[in-house]
Amino acid sequence: MSDSAQYSDPRALAGLIGQLREVAGGLDHRLTFMEVCGTHTHSVAKAGLRRMMPPSVRLISGPGCPVCVTPVDYLDRALALAALPDTVVCTFGDLMRVPSSTGSLEQARAEGARVEVVYSPRDALELARRRPQSRVVFLAVGFETTAPTIAAAVAEAEADGVTNFLLLPGNKTMPQVMRVLVDDPQLEVHGFLLPGHVSVITGWRMFGFLAEEFGIPGVVTGFMPTDVVQGVLALARQVAQGHATIANQYGRAVTTAGNLQAHRLVERFFEPADSAWRGFGVVPGSGLGLRAAWAHRDASSIRVDLPAPREPAGCRCGEVLRGVVDPPECPLFANGCDPELPVGACMVSSEGTCSAWYRHERWLEAGT
Amino acid sequence: MKPPQRVLLAHGGGGRLTRQLVEEVFLPALDNPILATLTDAAVLPELPAGRPALTTDAFVVDPPIFAGGDLGYLSICGTVNDLAMVGARPLWLTWALILEEGVDGGLVAACTEGAARAAAEAGVTVVAGDTKVVPRGKGDRLFAVTAGLGVVPPGRILKDDRIRPDDVVIVSGPIGDHGATVMAHRHGLDAPGLVSDCRPLSGLVEALCDSGAAVRALHDPTRGGVVTVCHEVAGRCGLRVRLVEAALPVRPAVAAVCDLLGLEALSLACEGRLLAWIDGSHAELALAAMRAHPDGAGAVVIGRMEQLPAGEPPVLLETAVGGERPLDLLSGHELPRIC
Repeated sequence: MSDSAQYSDPRALAGLIGQLREVAGGLDHRLTFMEVCGTHTHSVAKAGLRRMMPPSVRLISGPGCPVCVTPVDYLDRALALAALPDTVVCTFGDLMRVPSSTGSLEQARAEGARVEVVYSPRDALELARRRPQSRVVFLAVGFETTAPTIAAAVAEAEADGVTNFLLLPGNKTMPQVMRVLVDDPQLEVHGFLLPGHVSVITGWRMFGFLAEEFGIPGVVTGFMPTDVVQGVLALARQVAQGHATIANQYGRAVTTAGNLQAHRLVERFFEPADSAWRGFGVVPGSGLGLRAAWAHRDASSIRVDLPAPREPAGCRCGEVLRGVVDPPECPLFANGCDPELPVGACMVSSEGTCSAWYRHERWLEAGT
Repeated sequence: MKPPQRVLLAHGGGGRLTRQLVEEVFLPALDNPILATLTDAAVLPELPAGRPALTTDAFVVDPPIFAGGDLGYLSICGTVNDLAMVGARPLWLTWALILEEGVDGGLVAACTEGAARAAAEAGVTVVAGDTKVVPRGKGDRLFAVTAGLGVVPPGRILKDDRIRPDDVVIVSGPIGDHGATVMAHRHGLDAPGLVSDCRPLSGLVEALCDSGAAVRALHDPTRGGVVTVCHEVAGRCGLRVRLVEAALPVRPAVAAVCDLLGLEALSLACEGRLLAWIDGSHAELALAAMRAHPDGAGAVVIGRMEQLPAGEPPVLLETAVGGERPLDLLSGHELPRIC
């Protein structure tokens, strides 16, 4: 059996859901579990898992989509950089359509700004080599998962003396923002599906504070359908037994301490920095800034004229990201904001909560 | 064939160089008596019995040469397939090229040979053509524009409004091969085993229509892939398309590219596959006819039609794990995800 077949076996899944129904049925309240990883959002939707859950189990999405949590002023700065002479801005594809205060990178490109979509930071580095007369700025966004490849590109640029390769640092890290999340009295979450990909890099110990300080269970979970349901089941069991620990469902990929080589690479170039999150504001120590020794790679020190940051009126992306409201509770959802013409960031990337909901769950509300 | 080393603006100027390009590149490859007259318009023989079908299409592809085809081959196949999907037997095509100044003459020759090969495979004749050259920087190497004329034989009616509940949806082979091949090329991915499915489908359509199975409608899932076609069909017939994920033929190499780039095979373009809507009780008959043809060897049933309850999604996927997922149309370009 192939890896993917092994973790997508419908009979195994039906068995797990049966067990979940039993555990959840023995409780006198609903269970709300939050995932904080865009890939979880995507795989739940892709396999149609939400519709298979027992009615008392609710899965919600937190701030796990890198595009969604990137604030408006970061995009404003990216657009301003792209308008400078001899400057090319390189970005992951899903940032292209996110609205800034004035428009998206996609619109700016159509109007003549130099914006290139790349699949990896290394592609941006290659572009910098090919165009030595231009300044190439890579939009460094994403979580712990993208930081090592970005650090690797900077390391290569340093080694080869590619001086025209710069970053606009915007990387974020999970633990601090989760602390803010669980401190929010509005949030009612009984457990976290913890991000498998992030944990491959960081190791799962860093989530220990959830259980130890806040008494909320967490399960590091993989991305195949049976992984996700196993994670949910393990959380439900902890709630039923009154436990709160951090467990690792994704043992085939995640270790306690993570990938030390990746850690070292990231630490060589980056240090914790205060970072602004859409929906959360500035969270101390929740981002990665370039260390002073690499200031010559930092495009955020380039002087540009910025517009006053303007969030779209009526957009509730912030509350969606904090898990306080479901997308349909936003007045703009499917009513002026859809994946074709997104108003808020959560509607742009396919792993954005609103977009995944619009594509995959919208009909559940309407039809059943 | 003696292609120029580089295409110059003068190759589109109508003078000596244009004539040289026509006589030394286009005519030898596309060789036929109607084209050879080089008159202002092709004068065609009388049409066979039936209703004429006319289509036009424009082709831009990066890269212009890919595993399994090239822009010329693709442009003829695409035009032939558009005719075949309405049940027409394709007969005559026109083929115009817009070249960018400085483009490699060898590339133009290769694409012309590709076009000639596709025309031969499909049994059609390229009866007219044109060439324009735009200044460097005003185009992307070469674009092709076609028109195609065919005839739908008497009694053959293929239309979406003839689709009924319990009709089956058959795909003629693995999906997404073309889209994945082109995407992999574009992103410099080394993906052994990826080859475009690009091919003319007129022969397969004839075999299917001659099988005796009640064929309701045919569509080729090009831009936007299977999902887009299913939405268009559902919209026209007012029914729901229910697809079965476990039945979808996707090659491992295509699945791997999709995983890597965050794409879905169901949304990737095919250039040599068709979706057939067939009376459910004729499914085996249709499958046998398609599988007996080399271009339909991988034919399988991937779904069926059902009534569309009010407020429900028009295209639904039964997921491999037993869930259900509405399939939405793509929004703009499919953009890869970050992680």
